[in-house]
Order: sequence, then structure tokens, then C-alpha cells
Amino acid sequence: MSELIYKSAAQLSESLAKKEVSAREVTQAHLDQIAKVDKAVQAFLFVDTEGALAQADQVDAARAKGENLGPLAGVPLALKDILAQEGIPTTCGSKILAGWRPPYSATVVKKLRAAGVVILGKTNMDEFAMGSSTENSAFGTTQNPWDLKRIPGGSGGGSAAALAAFEAPLAIGSDTGGSIRQPAALTGTVGVKPTYGGVSRYGVVAFSSSLDQVGPCARTVLDTALLHEVIAGHDDYDATSINAPTPPVVAAAKRADVKGMKIGVIKELSGDGYESGVSERFEESLEILRSQGATIEMVSCPNFDYGLAAYYLIAPSEASSNLARFDAMRYGLRVGDDGSRSAEEVMSMTRAAGFGREVKRRIILGTYALSAGYYDAYYGSAQKVRTLITQDFAKAFSSVDVLVSPTTPTVAFPIGEKSNDPVAMYLSDVATIPVNLAGVAAMSLPAGLSEGLPVGFQIIAPAMKDDRLYQVGAALERELAAKWGGVLTTKAPKLISAAGA
Amino acid sequence: MLSYEEIIEKYEPALGLEVHVELGTKTKMFCGCPTEFGAEPNTQVCPVCLGMPGALPFVNERAIESTILIGLALNCSIAPWSRFARKNYFYPDMPKNFQISQYDEPICTDGYLDVEYETPEGMKTFRIEIERVHMEEDTGKSLHVGGATGRIHGAEYSLLDYNRAGIPLVEIVTKTVLGTESYAPQIAKAYVKELRDILRTLGVSDVKMEQGSLRCDANISLSPRGSGKLGTRSETKNVNSLRSVERAITSEMHRHAQRLEAGERVVQETRHFQEDSGTTRSGRSKEQAEDYRYFPEPDLLPVAPSAEWIEQLRGQLPERPSAHRARLQQLWQVPDKEMAAMINAGVVGVVEETVAEGADPTKARTWWLGEISRVANEREVEVVEMPITPKDVAEIIALVAAGDLTDKLARQVVEGVIAGEGSPAEVIAARGIKVVSDEGELVAAIERAIAAQPDTAQKVRDGNIPAAGALIGAVMKDTKGQADAARVRELLLGLLGQS
Amino acid sequence: MSRISNEEVARIAQLARLDLSANEIAELAGEMEAILGAVARVQEAAKSDVVPTSHPLALVNVTRPDVVRPGLTPANALSGAPASEDDRFRVPQILGEEA
Ligand SMILES: [Zn+2]
Repeated sequence: MSELIYKSAAQLSESLAKKEVSAREVTQAHLDQIAKVDKAVQAFLFVDTEGALAQADQVDAARAKGENLGPLAGVPLALKDILAQEGIPTTCGSKILAGWRPPYSATVVKKLRAAGVVILGKTNMDEFAMGSSTENSAFGTTQNPWDLKRIPGGSGGGSAAALAAFEAPLAIGSDTGGSIRQPAALTGTVGVKPTYGGVSRYGVVAFSSSLDQVGPCARTVLDTALLHEVIAGHDDYDATSINAPTPPVVAAAKRADVKGMKIGVIKELSGDGYESGVSERFEESLEILRSQGATIEMVSCPNFDYGLAAYYLIAPSEASSNLARFDAMRYGLRVGDDGSRSAEEVMSMTRAAGFGREVKRRIILGTYALSAGYYDAYYGSAQKVRTLITQDFAKAFSSVDVLVSPTTPTVAFPIGEKSNDPVAMYLSDVATIPVNLAGVAAMSLPAGLSEGLPVGFQIIAPAMKDDRLYQVGAALERELAAKWGGVLTTKAPKLISAAGA
Repeated sequence: MLSYEEIIEKYEPALGLEVHVELGTKTKMFCGCPTEFGAEPNTQVCPVCLGMPGALPFVNERAIESTILIGLALNCSIAPWSRFARKNYFYPDMPKNFQISQYDEPICTDGYLDVEYETPEGMKTFRIEIERVHMEEDTGKSLHVGGATGRIHGAEYSLLDYNRAGIPLVEIVTKTVLGTESYAPQIAKAYVKELRDILRTLGVSDVKMEQGSLRCDANISLSPRGSGKLGTRSETKNVNSLRSVERAITSEMHRHAQRLEAGERVVQETRHFQEDSGTTRSGRSKEQAEDYRYFPEPDLLPVAPSAEWIEQLRGQLPERPSAHRARLQQLWQVPDKEMAAMINAGVVGVVEETVAEGADPTKARTWWLGEISRVANEREVEVVEMPITPKDVAEIIALVAAGDLTDKLARQVVEGVIAGEGSPAEVIAARGIKVVSDEGELVAAIERAIAAQPDTAQKVRDGNIPAAGALIGAVMKDTKGQADAARVRELLLGLLGQS
Repeated sequence: MSRISNEEVARIAQLARLDLSANEIAELAGEMEAILGAVARVQEAAKSDVVPTSHPLALVNVTRPDVVRPGLTPANALSGAPASEDDRFRVPQILGEEA
């Protein structure tokens, strides 16, 4: 039975379709693994045992009746706690939402349910997705399954760790500045930030509306593509959702061919500031792609140097407004309502008590950047940088099919190392941020290990060319897996013994 | 204290009017919730208009079209590119703690509205310039519990209903209006009235001031003549009827003048109009320093109406009220003076509707300008706000024409309808109003009158026809006014050999 | 980069409805200075001829038809409310102006 947890979603899909195994068995195997290892990993904030088994039974019943089911029907999934799921606690990693059970579901959740995907529970994250380590969660830090003393990345560290700890074969993340890709890189898993507008944001607690994008996470490129296909597509509840067919991501993952493709290496996202182990794995991957028939060339995106600065103005500005709704009036925490205090006082007290340090820091930063007299210098200038970065991408994509870089400058760092230095922490996202600013698509997939810890390789494609990520990613993965004897996570420590010890 | 005439002599008034209109769309501005007035609390809400985490706004196409129609009707330029922005401030009746509005990129700009006003020197036209017309969303409603009056001050807690939150609002802002002189209050009222008529004709709103679907904020300032610059303005909110527009501005002009005369400064502030006293009082500002941190709404994309779309909407524009009125005047053959009276009383629309219900134009005009206006004046409300419909009036006119009511009885029916006793038919039934048309009964009454006044009867027999009046009067009295006087006269003269 | 005063942070905290302690304000003032110092470099790139981008999508006129969609029942709407009464959200006394 425990063998089931090491299978890919594609393999489970095949076994389920052939009725070699039931959805209940697959679900139970993963619930068992969660029970075994999650005390050590702390990937989940809430495990919906009953709900998951009920969903699995529904899928089994439908299959028994001969109903036509999607490829992921009966495959379990870990859901980032940023997505509203009706009746299920949705906290966004914040005390201010502790205990809130939304009366509605996110569009992505509805799509998952319609596809028969079994939702195991909600995963840990940095509070309101603000962070790169999950240390900012109000409910404890998630541990990296590769080394429990290290962070799993963030904000979606819970979803990434759940994959690396074999608690789920699929997960959903959200990526505002790298929150899917950076944890994927640090946990040896695959994560995709789709083109902005490719996946609905309805029901996804907003951090920075013009940057946020929900995306698929898994241990293989094909599994990620299968999940991408389920969650993507137009939504008439999200005005920023693109009304066009989803790029053929699954077909691209199966094609896995880079012959004749032009791949651009972003000059500004390499060299100084990138650990040598990270740079080495990156170079090796480039060599593999070249050997597979791709042309590699260097491209310059000079304005990427301003990306981090622009991001740390735009995201907090939008967040300061998006988070205004947490005011103790309609849902969530209420502090200080003793009958004598005014609504205004209760709001301020609740927000001070309910938000963590990083969230307060960014609300103050964003409020400042938007306030009278500073708007042009900060928010206005950041928007101009956004234009310049978008132009850099457009120019680069006029000569290459995809761009590549290391996903992160370093491997997973020890818990606590950067938690008191916000600026150093922000640097974790230097390579992932430009993608969000321009709304283009990107993937991180494992490139190997550096001193026993995973290194991520980032592929970037133009808007609505998400299929190219999968085409290149799957080709690289195939060659690397052949070398390693399986995808990178097969080398991850087996936490059954770790937790059982 | 200066008299009004003295104020005008010393100071020049400058007006500014901001009108908020709730659009009559089926659904809210950014979500699919219905917009019915008076629904049970929190029955017209969803995650979007409750500002729940994760919910996103989605623009109502009809709301944009309605706003463009308003812009076109007000002679505005329609922006080829406009955007929504977030206006950030905390208030419990606003679920997201920001209002989606438009800031520096409104959808309509630079229009005007010509307002006709009857002055002692004759009919004048004032051009009110419109600065902008933009879209935004309404807030929820709060109910203050505890304390003495149910008002916000002294309340123990508040109860919030978000049915109204997110209803589309269009804000119409004038430029500073100069040159209205002593007519400032009347022209402000005439502007709001004309605007209301236009909005009603466009069919974009039910424009009911008493229900809050049309709200007016009135800005006024006074500057000493010859000073060459504008004075400090005050903004008066809570102006909930046409009459209040006029009263609020008049009251503010007096207040400003009094302060200026006393050498005091006028404070730039928001004030609230108080219906009972007809004066304003100072309100607290919502944000100590108004720093709304506007920025482009990232959940919505720009509105960029194409020329085709705008032209298509222009094609839907109904006739302009002024042109429409000119056409009606021609059609109904109304003298200028009478037409001006109708315009000033604001009854053209109701008269037209009454005519549309089949009534004779002259009769319809007489009722609305006469009896109904008289009662409206007594009650200090606008004629159109009277609780009687054009259909009611048309019915009454038809009954008179058919001889089922006398003019006198008809007035009783109108009075009953206005008193809330029901439709004309219900009032007639309940009050037992009927024309005595039974010939036998009438003849008996006439014979009784002749018997009672034999001398008068003889005069009539001798050819003194005017003397019949006394007999007719007696018959009418006998029948409690329910007889048709013309028929009585006919029968009486017949009986006395004079037909 | 000029120093961000504690008073300035306190004003911003008030705007953002955060009841911060004096310690928090002082700490944030220091952090704001470091962060603003690092992000202020956007001004170097933001030449006057560059058009600002507020959104990655270049689409316009995304609207929905004026058709009613199902909403929440009052019970569902109020399910997460800290306090409610008579199908309304109950909140502490509201200061500020009379609506
Ligand atoms: Zn709604």
C-alpha cells in the first residue's frame, strides 16, 4: 500500500483507470503518510480526512457505474490555504482568519472537484503569502523534508513540502513573486506560475492582485501539466481571466523535445550572488539542453536589476488595500469589543493583534507608498519599471523561444537564518519576481543537488505560451531522471523512518 | 443680519453640485446580486459585495452603458479610455474598506446642462457646466441601536445590512457655477429637477430622492463682490428632496454671509442638512486627513468604449427634455405663460403621462396645476411627489367626461386619493360618492324645490332664466351635490316650460 | 533617503488602522528606512518618457451581462460574523459622521 505514495499522478491515474486500485485506497495511503510524517514536516494546517474519503468514494462509485472520468479523478491533492473552500477552514496562514470557514469555494476548487481530484486538506504558508520561508505563518514553520532544520521556501512551503514528503502527488500553490517556484526549487519539486490570467483568481485570498497567479505543483513535469489543464481556463467570475483556450500543456509535456529551440540565458540572473552549487547545476542543465538540440544564447534584460525594488513597492501597495477588509466586522478575529470601544478602535486593535510582523511591515510600506506626496516617487516609479521589464521580456522573446535562469540564488537556508533581516529575505525572490511583473509564464524544476539540497532551474515563456515550459522542462527532466534513476524526489530522505524513529 | 437682497448686493454666490444617482440596473455594479429596494436585510448579498476574502469584482455592462447614456445626455465627451480606481478609507458600511470608484480617468467629462428658469424678467436659460460623470459603488446601510434617538451619536452598537453595498452609483459633478446671482437656490433646484427628468427619461434610474436613489451634495461659497476670487465653500449633504436643495443653499448663504459679516472665516467642511429646521449642522470628517491613496483597481481592466459603441448608445438617446417640451407645447396648443408655469411647477411629465392615459391635455393641465399643486404647496412637497398618479387623474377626468362625476365630486375623489384612501374607484366606493342620475329622484327633488320657492319658479316661467340658479342650488343641496348640475338645469327649465 | 520619523510611521499606522505600540512604531521606522532605501532605486529607471504599467493584461472592456447570479442566504452571509442580530452584522458603535 505505501508504494502508492511514491507513484506519480500519471501512474496513479493509469492504475485507477484500470481499476487496479481504488481512489479510496490511494487517498487512504496518503492520509496514512500524512499521519506518519506531518508532525515532523508540518505541511498541513488542516487535514480533511472525512471529506477526502467521501470524495474518493464518489469517484469510485462513478467509475463503477462506468462514468467518463477525467485523468486525475481519484488522485489526491494538497491545497494551499490561500484558496477558499466552502465549509473548510481557510486561514491564509493568519490569526486574523483563524477558524473562518468560507461560505463559498474558489473557482479552482470547483474545477478540482468537478475533475474528481481528491482534496486532502489545506497547506501551510507565509501569512497572506508574504514571505519566502513559511516562517511567517501564524501556525508554525513548515520543515523542508530534505533537511528538517531548513525552510521549505515560501510562501507555498506547505504545498511543496507535502509533495517532497510524499503526502500528496499534486498540490496547488499561488505565486505573486515566486511563491510557487522558489519552494519548488528548494524542495526538489516542480511548480508552474501560469501566464497571468490563465488560471482564475476568484476565491484566492488576494495579496497583490496584478501579480497573483494560482498554479500547479507536482513531482514530475507531466503531473504538473495534467493539473495545469484541470485548473486553467476562462472564468466569468474573474475579470482578469483570459478568454482563450489553455495552451496544450499536456501534449507539450509528452512531446518533450527541444530540438531546434532557441533558449536564452538571462545575463542579469546569474553570476555574482548565486551559490556555486546552484550555478554548476544550472550550467549542467544548459549542457543537457544543448545536447538535445537546443541553441543556447545569452540575452540581456538590463531592467531586471530594478525588479526587486519595483516588486517591493507594487506588492505591498496593493496588499495594503487588499488586506483592509480584515477589520473584525464581518468575519474573522475580533479583539477588544467590550461594549465601550468604538468600531474604529476595535478595527485597529484587531488588525494589530491579528496580523504578524511581516504583514504589518508590508501594510505600512504599501500605505506609505500610496499616500499623498509619495505616490509618484514610489508606486508611480515602480509602475514605470514594470513597463521596462515587460519591454525587456518582449525584446528577449523576439530572439529566443524561452528564457532560463536558476530559480533561486541559494539552496534552502536554515530556519531562523534570515527571519530578522527582511531585505536579505526579499533577495530570495530576485530571479522569480520579473516574471510576475510582466505576467509571463514560468516553471521551476529540479536541476540536481548541491551539498544534498535541491537546486531549481527556471524556464520562462511568453504569455499564453505556457506549453513551451512543459516542452523544455519535460525534455530536461527526462535526461536528468535517466542520470539519477528517477526524478529528484526519489532521492529525498524517506521520512517514514525519520518520523517513526 | 443682512437680508437676502443685501447678501446678494455684497456677495457673489458660487454653486457646485454633486449628484449621486443609483442606477436601475437589475444587478449590482460588480456582482450579480439583485438591487431591489426594501428587501429583507442581507438577502441581496454575495462574497463579492460582502468583501469576502478572495472575491473579485466584475463590471456590469449595463451600468457602463447607462453611464455613457447619461454622459451623452449631458453633452459630455466620452473618454476613449477610462479606469476604475480604489478609494481607500475604513468605514464599517464599506465591506472592502475601499470603494471602487473613478479618480483621474473618469468615463465622461466636460458637458453641460441648460436649465430654464422663469424669472420676473421672463424665462431665462442658465448653462450649468458638468465637470465629470463617473461610476462607483454604493455602501451598505447601518442601523444604530441604543441611545436616545437611534442616531449614530450615543448608540451602543450598530447593525449592518449590505443589500445596498455595491449598487451602481453614478456621480455627476458640476464645475463651479457663477452668475446665478439671487437665483442660486432656485437654479440649483431647477438643475437637480432637470437632471432628474433627464435621468428618468433615459430610463437609467428611478430617481427617487426620498428612497435615496438620487442624492445631492450642494456646495456653496460667497465671495465679496469685486474680490476676484472664490470664497471658501461648504458642502452640504443629506439633501433629500428638491425643496431641500433650495432651502439648504439659502440657509448656507445666510450662514456664510453672517460669518463673513462678523469677520469670521468660513470653514471648509461637510455639513448636514436638517429637514425639520431647514438649516445645516457641521459633520465630522470621515478621515482626519483625507488621504484616500487612490490607485488603479488591479482587479479590473480599463473601460475603452469604441466609437461604434458610443454611437450605438447615442442612437438610443430619447428626445432631450427641452426639445420634448417644445414639441408638447405645440401639440397641446399651450400659451407660453402657461407652459412656463408648468415647467416651474415641474408637472410637464405628469401631464404628459396623464394625456397618454387618454385624458384631454387642457383638463390634465388644469388638475395638475390647480387642485393637486394647491395641496402640494400646502404640504410643502413637489407636485410630482404627491401620492396620486397620472393614471388616477386620467380616470377621474374620464369619469367627469362621462357624467359619472361632477367637478365638485371629482375634487373630493382627488382629495381621497391623495389622503391615501386608495384608487379613484376605491375612494368613490368608500365615500359613497355618486352622481344622482336617477331621473325620477331628480324630478322629485326639483318638484320639492319648486314647491318650496313658488315665487322664484314663477319668475322663471315668466322668462327670467337666471332666477333658475336659486332653484338649481336648492336641488344640488337636496342631493348633497351628487347631481349633475347641467342635467338639473335642463330638467328644471323643461318642467317650467322654458326648454 | 531621509529618515522616516516615528511620527510619520504613526500617521501611516493610523491610516492603515493598525494600533501599534510605541516599540513597534520605532522598530518599523528603522525597517522602513532600510527598505525604502533599497527600493527607492526605481526612481533611477523611471524616466519621464516611460509609460507606467499598472496591469500585465492589455485587455479592455471586460464586462458581464446585467443578469442576476445566485448569492448567499443571510445565514451563509453571517456564518463567519463575530456577532450578528436580526440577520444583520452586529458591530461596535460607529464614530464618524451620520450617513
Ligand atoms: Zn453581491
